[in-house]
Amino acid sequence: MTMTTQPRHLASYYDVLVVGGGPAGLAAALGARETGAERVLVVDRELEAGGILLQCIHSGFGLRYFREEITGPEYAERSLEQALESHVDVLSDAFVFDVTEDRTVAIMSPTVGVATTTAASVVLAMGARERTRGAIAIPGTRPAGVLTAGLAQKLVNLHGYLPGRRVAILGSGDIGLIMARRLTLEGIDVVGVFELMPHANGLSRNIVQCLDDFDIPLHLSTTVVDIVGHDRVEKVTVAPVDAHLTPQLDRSWDVACDTLLLSVGLIPENELSRQLGVRMDPLTNGPVVTSEMETSVPGVFAAGNVAHINDLADWVSEEALIAGRAAGRRATGQRVPADNIRVLPGRNVASVVPHSISTDRVHTLYLRVKEPMLEDSLIRLGDVHERKVRALVPAEMASIKAAPRLLEDFHGDALRIDAVPAQEVTT
Amino acid sequence: MRYDVAIIGGGVVGCAIARELSRYHLDVVLLERDAEVGFGTSKANSGIIHAGAHAKESTRMGPLEWAGNQRWGPLVEQLGIGFRRVGELVVAVEPEQIHTLEELLAQGLARGVPGLELWEPERIRQAEPNISEDILAALWAPTAGVINPYEATLLLAESAARNGVEVHTDREVLALDSDADATWTVKTAAQTYTARFVVNAAGLRSDHIAELAGVGDFKINPRKGEEYLLDKRVAGLVSRIIFPCPTPKTKGILVIPTVDGTIMVGPTAEDIDSKDDTATSEEGADKVFRSVQRLVPGISRKDVIASFAGLRAEPTTGDFIIGPTARKGFINAAGIKSPGLTSSPAIAAEIVDVLADEGLGLRLRDDFEPTLPHPARFATLSLHQKIQLAAADPTYARLVCRCEHITEAEVTDAIRRGSHTLDGVKFRTRAGMGRCQGGFCTWRVMELLAREQGIPVTEVTKRGGNSWVVRPRQDPVSEEVAS
Repeated sequence: MTMTTQPRHLASYYDVLVVGGGPAGLAAALGARETGAERVLVVDRELEAGGILLQCIHSGFGLRYFREEITGPEYAERSLEQALESHVDVLSDAFVFDVTEDRTVAIMSPTVGVATTTAASVVLAMGARERTRGAIAIPGTRPAGVLTAGLAQKLVNLHGYLPGRRVAILGSGDIGLIMARRLTLEGIDVVGVFELMPHANGLSRNIVQCLDDFDIPLHLSTTVVDIVGHDRVEKVTVAPVDAHLTPQLDRSWDVACDTLLLSVGLIPENELSRQLGVRMDPLTNGPVVTSEMETSVPGVFAAGNVAHINDLADWVSEEALIAGRAAGRRATGQRVPADNIRVLPGRNVASVVPHSISTDRVHTLYLRVKEPMLEDSLIRLGDVHERKVRALVPAEMASIKAAPRLLEDFHGDALRIDAVPAQEVTT
Repeated sequence: MRYDVAIIGGGVVGCAIARELSRYHLDVVLLERDAEVGFGTSKANSGIIHAGAHAKESTRMGPLEWAGNQRWGPLVEQLGIGFRRVGELVVAVEPEQIHTLEELLAQGLARGVPGLELWEPERIRQAEPNISEDILAALWAPTAGVINPYEATLLLAESAARNGVEVHTDREVLALDSDADATWTVKTAAQTYTARFVVNAAGLRSDHIAELAGVGDFKINPRKGEEYLLDKRVAGLVSRIIFPCPTPKTKGILVIPTVDGTIMVGPTAEDIDSKDDTATSEEGADKVFRSVQRLVPGISRKDVIASFAGLRAEPTTGDFIIGPTARKGFINAAGIKSPGLTSSPAIAAEIVDVLADEGLGLRLRDDFEPTLPHPARFATLSLHQKIQLAAADPTYARLVCRCEHITEAEVTDAIRRGSHTLDGVKFRTRAGMGRCQGGFCTWRVMELLAREQGIPVTEVTKRGGNSWVVRPRQDPVSEEVAS
């Protein structure tokens, strides 16, 4: 799939410049073109745009956004096609290393060298990175063979190499679950998935299709307490944890393996955003954004996993369209009414995006709960609206709509989002 | 051929000795058991160049500490080693500790260490606003600095090699013997060497090497130190090295503003049995953070991005073991514990003196090149410089490490200058040392290591030996055919 026409020169000005060519960046660029922005550039750091989707060779993508189930590379290809057909420029093998408040963008690439350009609007769409061993501080030695599940996926699916022969997986995030199946299919012995929490962190469908169907054991409330090996991993020690997540070392056991994959969560990639000084939300680890996905720096927007971690590429694309359209409108001098209500996470809500809305149009608010709610539950938007859902778990993002007719009688300046058991409300 | 000198051990001490000897017309070989120099104790060092006031004058360490400190100044310039003379504050939290500070002050003044001052709380907090309010007094020592210890080690080795020293890695010494005319035979699995002099700079295993030479009259006990590196976000929390008041066993657990602008906390000091046990532990982390939070309350475990542990070579004599032995031609530079990194250039100079006393003829070379080329570090340049550099060499415009902004040109330069493992490239360039800890750049560095050395990526290792990173895919068809 080589269809990118690599621009040889960087123009001195773009209406919209998008940092990152994954599903967020490509959809944002498309959104920008829809609003009439003429010069739209996507800058991607890999040789081929498409982002992490290119290494996600399994299916399960696109049901919502493309109305059909496709694989990750197919999703990437369609997103790229859409962008190119609408005359978006895509510069790949290029890295944005600085964005300033006046939206001067510094780019490095073997084709254009080091150069700067300016843009009326900038969309940050750098995606996410995986949490590492350091971030979760697993004790032990530091041999070869400890790597994130995403890196393992890249090695196997993009480059055709295996990360090891006998693999343990810490964390039940989706990439880890997908890799448990993928490595099993490659003839590798996947000895088990160990999850610190009492509940799995990945989508339910992945637990069934990637672990259960392949008889790979999932050990909940269990974590890795030691990594052993000098040159290469020789074994890991695992132990159950108590209600306070403290490992019970007297009940530990050894698991022989030469590889430990980590699937312990994603963190929005916001090096550039921090460099630029946009206001960050410690709950999402992403920028604080308006309903137009605009950050605290005017003209700089955030799209996709940069703003908050999504479960599905489809959601990323939908939200990025909003960001891209807003970026395009700003670049072409179109205006929308400003937000007038702040949105706050309330009971059992870990985070909400966007951070504000306006009373004149329909918005979708995306949220994640802190604790699993396995009974019928309600998502409540202040006192103005509620939505019944069957179950809410931290691994799966939920949403609720806010519409002008619901907000007609609301006179405050902040709405709290709560997730409460349905029973509590009805009785 | 018979070498004039075989140095056993490619840590910072062995490499400093090699570099010092490369000033003379000599045939010198340095033997390192690991895949690259500095992969043992040196790479896990706290990276402090001590102010010069810590070690007691009555020890070998005392004068060498201060002499070493002064020698690092020109060395870092010549070799391009990352170094910042940030100064240190040794702080007292108990009234009786003020007395220890006064002793250190007197010791430093007697030795001629400049700039030492006792600071009152107000002055301390003016300089370091994030330091604990419980601190009663501090000894300010502006001569202390921070250095990249792995970079120091490998650049010393590189400088030695450019001046003619042979640096042989993957050479674990298995046996040592000397004949009647005092020619030493040094046996390794790959090769056997002969030399007039053997310098034992084998660090943790210097007791074993001395034993092989028949002069094993000391033991080295490993003393583990765990270190925790914090996220760039907290850079600036302190701008000076913060020491607690030292005890006889250790200088304590420090807050270190590293050369690269991040904060590192550690080390612990735990006497252990195994010379291979570089595991970090929950208890170690707990000890480090409880201790440093008393000095700087804002430090949090949540900000850890990497942890590691190293083993100090703690000699049973309690002091550096430097000098000739009962076996002619066998010279010790052993038991180099803290302040070993600081002292190493001075130890090297002393070893040269010892060798001369023992009969090694020294004739200065007039073609000795003291400086190394300083490759451009893309991340540290101005935008204008970056544009110019990339115009001259497009590989400076191709990013390899997204966290530290390391370019392909820097990685290939590191490989061409001798780094041949992932860790080696990391220590030389910082690729993989940032927040994502190699999640993004590992494959790119592997490809460059494979390309530059003409090897398949399956032969690329993390740090040599059995530390392979990837395996070829199993081909079910050919396996079926084979069976």
